[in-house]
Amino acid sequence: MSLDLSIPRGLLLALLPELVLTGWAMILLLFVAWRHRTTRDLRVAGGITAVALVTTAATVWWLWWNQAGVAGIAQMVAVDDYRWVTDWLFLGAAGLTVLVSFEYLERERLLAPEYYVLLLFAVIGMMLMGGAEDLMVLFLGLELMSIAVYVLAGFDRRNPRAAEAALKYFLIGAFASGFLLYGIALIYGATGTTNLSLVGVQVDSLRLGSDPMLLIGLGLLLVGFAFKVAAVPFHMWAPDVYDGAPTPVTAFMATGVKAAAFAALFRVLTEAFPQAGAWREIVAGLAILTMVAGNLVALAQRSLKRMLAYSSIAHAGYLLVAVATGTSAGTAAFLVYLVAYTLMTLGAFALLAAKGRGGESDVLIDDLAGLASRRPWLAFALAVCMLSLLGFPGTAGFIAKWYILLAAAGVGEWLLAAILVLTSVVSAGYYLPVIMVMYMKPEPFEQAHTGVKLGRLAGVAVAAAVAGILYFGVRPNGLLDLAKETGVGVKPVPTFTVEPSGR
Amino acid sequence: MLQPYIPVLLLILFVAANAVMMIVVSHYAAPRRPTPLKDAPYESGMPPLGSARERFSVKFYLVAMLFIVFDIETVFLFPWGTIFFGDAGAGPGMGFLLVEMLVFMVILAVGYVYVWKRRALEWD
Repeated sequence: MSLDLSIPRGLLLALLPELVLTGWAMILLLFVAWRHRTTRDLRVAGGITAVALVTTAATVWWLWWNQAGVAGIAQMVAVDDYRWVTDWLFLGAAGLTVLVSFEYLERERLLAPEYYVLLLFAVIGMMLMGGAEDLMVLFLGLELMSIAVYVLAGFDRRNPRAAEAALKYFLIGAFASGFLLYGIALIYGATGTTNLSLVGVQVDSLRLGSDPMLLIGLGLLLVGFAFKVAAVPFHMWAPDVYDGAPTPVTAFMATGVKAAAFAALFRVLTEAFPQAGAWREIVAGLAILTMVAGNLVALAQRSLKRMLAYSSIAHAGYLLVAVATGTSAGTAAFLVYLVAYTLMTLGAFALLAAKGRGGESDVLIDDLAGLASRRPWLAFALAVCMLSLLGFPGTAGFIAKWYILLAAAGVGEWLLAAILVLTSVVSAGYYLPVIMVMYMKPEPFEQAHTGVKLGRLAGVAVAAAVAGILYFGVRPNGLLDLAKETGVGVKPVPTFTVEPSGR
Repeated sequence: MLQPYIPVLLLILFVAANAVMMIVVSHYAAPRRPTPLKDAPYESGMPPLGSARERFSVKFYLVAMLFIVFDIETVFLFPWGTIFFGDAGAGPGMGFLLVEMLVFMVILAVGYVYVWKRRALEWD
């Protein structure tokens, strides 16, 4: 099915998933306007959210199944497999977050169904980011996502730590948006277009590969993205924000928001700047810093939530290695890693939400002592998540890391590959103690784990995540094939020239 | 070359003259019974001297935000209006253009209904 984006019908079909989800978000907002008092309203809102996510995923599937594509250059939105796969990823992350949130919101008395409305708006923003073929659409999606997530981060209004997290996130986010927007302005100044493919064509045909204005714009763009994905040295906000936000929101930020920023970054770099190779060294440098600093600082953490926050920074470093390769093998590895990372991080945070109370920021790793004898299944699930985060063979984390290594080796980035392996060894120093404490240390006192309870729906989410980690760890072929086919599609439009617009 | 800007110049002159006129006429025509309070700068009910670190009710911010949202809506309507009613004429895409703006308005209307129902427009 080839869509003509210059006529309304083609445009509507191309934007169908976003339109469906926006429609659901509106319905939910109206529902919430009238019904927002009881726990029953909260549950109904959660149910509507789940239905919205499922129907949107089905719409994406329909477009994917019909092999939707564009005639000519894509204007504003891309219509390719990369967009569908990332859409599924965002919808899946949001779906698991909803399952975890169901009981969490009731337990923590956060009885405001607006939570789900904000979640849906954030997902719409993410989908626009993953599918943006134009820097303006990218910025629009980024803002839509970010503003919703700023509010979600401070959703526990009575908790001063959550308020601090939200304010910090908002200020840093606004700052990063400024960088990004300035970068977009300079790129427009250098090339005369904001369309990603056309920027690529212009850079190629006008030989702008070392044009100062373009490079400064690209640099500012990278700074903006580095803030959003929490790459060192732009990561300072992340531990505090992840720590202060309610745990399901933290899980959503660490997976969905990060995946969206990465998805957009990857598309921008591979489609618009294949000829301006300067970004490869910058991204490689960011990757090295992020891997080293993230892993080393995570070693020193006592609190489980902060440890997971630094671990998510370290994983951003691994993903940056895949971005730095800039090949289609890199794209495939990147997508596989995003899927694996989303599953294991969401699983770990969901289990943390079951253990803790009042934001969970005070759960130390040592508090898990003896969990295996009291709650064997919980301990097993957490152990699987930790092993996968470490990259242990037999888990999705191993396969994903392996493919990033292959992609890095394929372009001769031996330094990146070596640092990835070394820092993964270091990460054993903070992932394995969690397992050791659970299985080898005795319960500190009787009934230390009585309050630990995973709700039924959160249990489904954790079970799905663990099953996914183990399944993709043993049989990754289907996922890999999908990722490889997808990776081929993201590339610059081949040779043809466009006159720069005079305005 | 600068001919199209003559109306702007006229507007500037008119505004300046208007402002001067208001001050001058009220200076001479208005009855004057000065009190210390009236002579204070701004005369808007706020004590002019004091600590700047005051807390303002969060309601002010809410009203300001809502104002901006609906103000932006009008700002977007202007360029849309110049295209819809202006030189583009009645092409085949006009229906779509209308529907697009209606969708935008409906989204804002949903937000408005929400704000209304959640009593964000009431001061107390």
